[in-house]
Amino acid sequence: MLTQLKEEILSGSAEEYLHKIFERIERSRLNAFTTLARESALEAAREFDARPWKGALAGIPIAIKDNICTKGIETTCSSRILRGFVPPYDAHVIERLKAEGAIIMGKTNMDEFAMGTSTETSCFGPTRNPWDLERVPGGSSGGSAAAVAAGEAPCALGSDTGGSVRCPASFCGIVGLKPTYGLVSRYGLIAYANSLEQIGPLTKTVEDAALLLDVIGGHDPRDSTSVASEKNYLNSIFGDVRGTRIGVPQEYFGEGVDPGVERAVWDAISVLEGLGASWKMISLPHTKYALPAYYIIAMSEASSNLARFDGLRYGLRVGEDRDWHTTFSEIRAMGFGKETKRRILLGTYALSAGYYGRYYLKALKVRTLIRRDFEHALKEVDIIASPTMPFPAFRIGERITDPLSLYMSDVFTVPINLAGIPAISLPCGFSDGLPVGLQLMSRPFEEGLLLRVANAYEKATPYHLRSPEVV
Amino acid sequence: MITIKDVEHISWLASIRISDEEREELVAQFNTILEYFQQMDEVDTEGVEPTYRVVDLANVFRDDLPRESLSQEDALRNAPRREEGYFRSPRIV
Repeated sequence: MLTQLKEEILSGSAEEYLHKIFERIERSRLNAFTTLARESALEAAREFDARPWKGALAGIPIAIKDNICTKGIETTCSSRILRGFVPPYDAHVIERLKAEGAIIMGKTNMDEFAMGTSTETSCFGPTRNPWDLERVPGGSSGGSAAAVAAGEAPCALGSDTGGSVRCPASFCGIVGLKPTYGLVSRYGLIAYANSLEQIGPLTKTVEDAALLLDVIGGHDPRDSTSVASEKNYLNSIFGDVRGTRIGVPQEYFGEGVDPGVERAVWDAISVLEGLGASWKMISLPHTKYALPAYYIIAMSEASSNLARFDGLRYGLRVGEDRDWHTTFSEIRAMGFGKETKRRILLGTYALSAGYYGRYYLKALKVRTLIRRDFEHALKEVDIIASPTMPFPAFRIGERITDPLSLYMSDVFTVPINLAGIPAISLPCGFSDGLPVGLQLMSRPFEEGLLLRVANAYEKATPYHLRSPEVV
Repeated sequence: MITIKDVEHISWLASIRISDEEREELVAQFNTILEYFQQMDEVDTEGVEPTYRVVDLANVFRDDLPRESLSQEDALRNAPRREEGYFRSPRIV
């Protein structure tokens, strides 16, 4: 789709295309964007029309999750504490997008500091699901997913700490990829839980995800966890899946999983079998413990990472300055939303004297066992297939008042971040008219194979061609 | 069991003032959430090494060479309070 769009923009007009998109956003009720970079984007488009440049994404507009720093464009993490923050530099991924000719069109709504599964904790209000405006788009990259699903952006970037790219991709019926930890530089990504998170693309097709991964992946010395990439994902997606061994983890089905979701995922496995892959049941025995381990690690890291929000170098500063601790505590009380406070406080507790061993260290050991589960399984099979989410998009307000029930929605996505492996969510059908996501996982740095299997499935099915009927 | 006193202590450690109303809500929520987390106690982790990171990289060094950085003006631009080219902080002692 992006390759075709690139041709259309080149032979037509980038400016006209952008105008059309901005008009659509203006009429929209989704609340997918926090900031529109209308002027700078239109100016870039006019320049492109006058003197077209080359590049993998030449002339293509892209929407960026609001926790990725964009030079000169406000970046808030959908938090009151960061409103008005205009980064003086670009994140690595933004530099890469610009180098390949893309046009940054705006910033997308998210759960505050990427802490959530529904995009309801944003200080800008919730984003709505384009398939049903009363439902959540998933989170935390809900704005990016809703925008792409509804044609308000041809592609977008999100970040995935515990499923924040794959969950909204699943709920909105699009493709979302979480790369192997280390493949995409986190330089300029405002940290929530840095040992877990990766930036990833949200797109209409697998091919587009591969194209974007080619652009954003690769070594960056400014991120000490960054590693080199092969950079040929787009070329590796074509080809068949004959002989690919697929594992279906028994722990990802059954109690708590919507029957419509199970049906769609089993149908998808049959489709892959029909294409020449084989499958068998496998076990990831520590799955049940991934959720508590994930939340303890993520909250602990958050309590440390978010200590930087002190109203000194950027962000909210209120009232007369008093002593350091009082001023600091007041700013943070006013600037952070409920869920962010909850996670910082629980993380502080998990790291505090007397509880470190019981919670944080224990979670890190459980993380080792979860990682081993995947290592063992991926010796016997090449790909693991499961539902992305246990159920389709839920109603706005349905879960937000009960934090634990919201956490539990992430049961199939968080193990992947603990293990650091790549995973993709792609549309595999509908349950009661709402999109269902198929999650595929692979060994670290085997995005080539992962995208090839996903592409073969997509080419054999019609689900990615359906779009919501939104205003 | 987490008590009101614990929540007060944590909020002091985290430097986030919380209201009386929030305090009670948090006590209830923390107990529910921590009880759920405690199911990890069932897992035998005897002799298991913790995983701090999933990339096999340690001590990544770069050459200690001067390079371009933000200008003072750019670095200060987002600061809500500044004075004579510095960030203005509240009193520390």
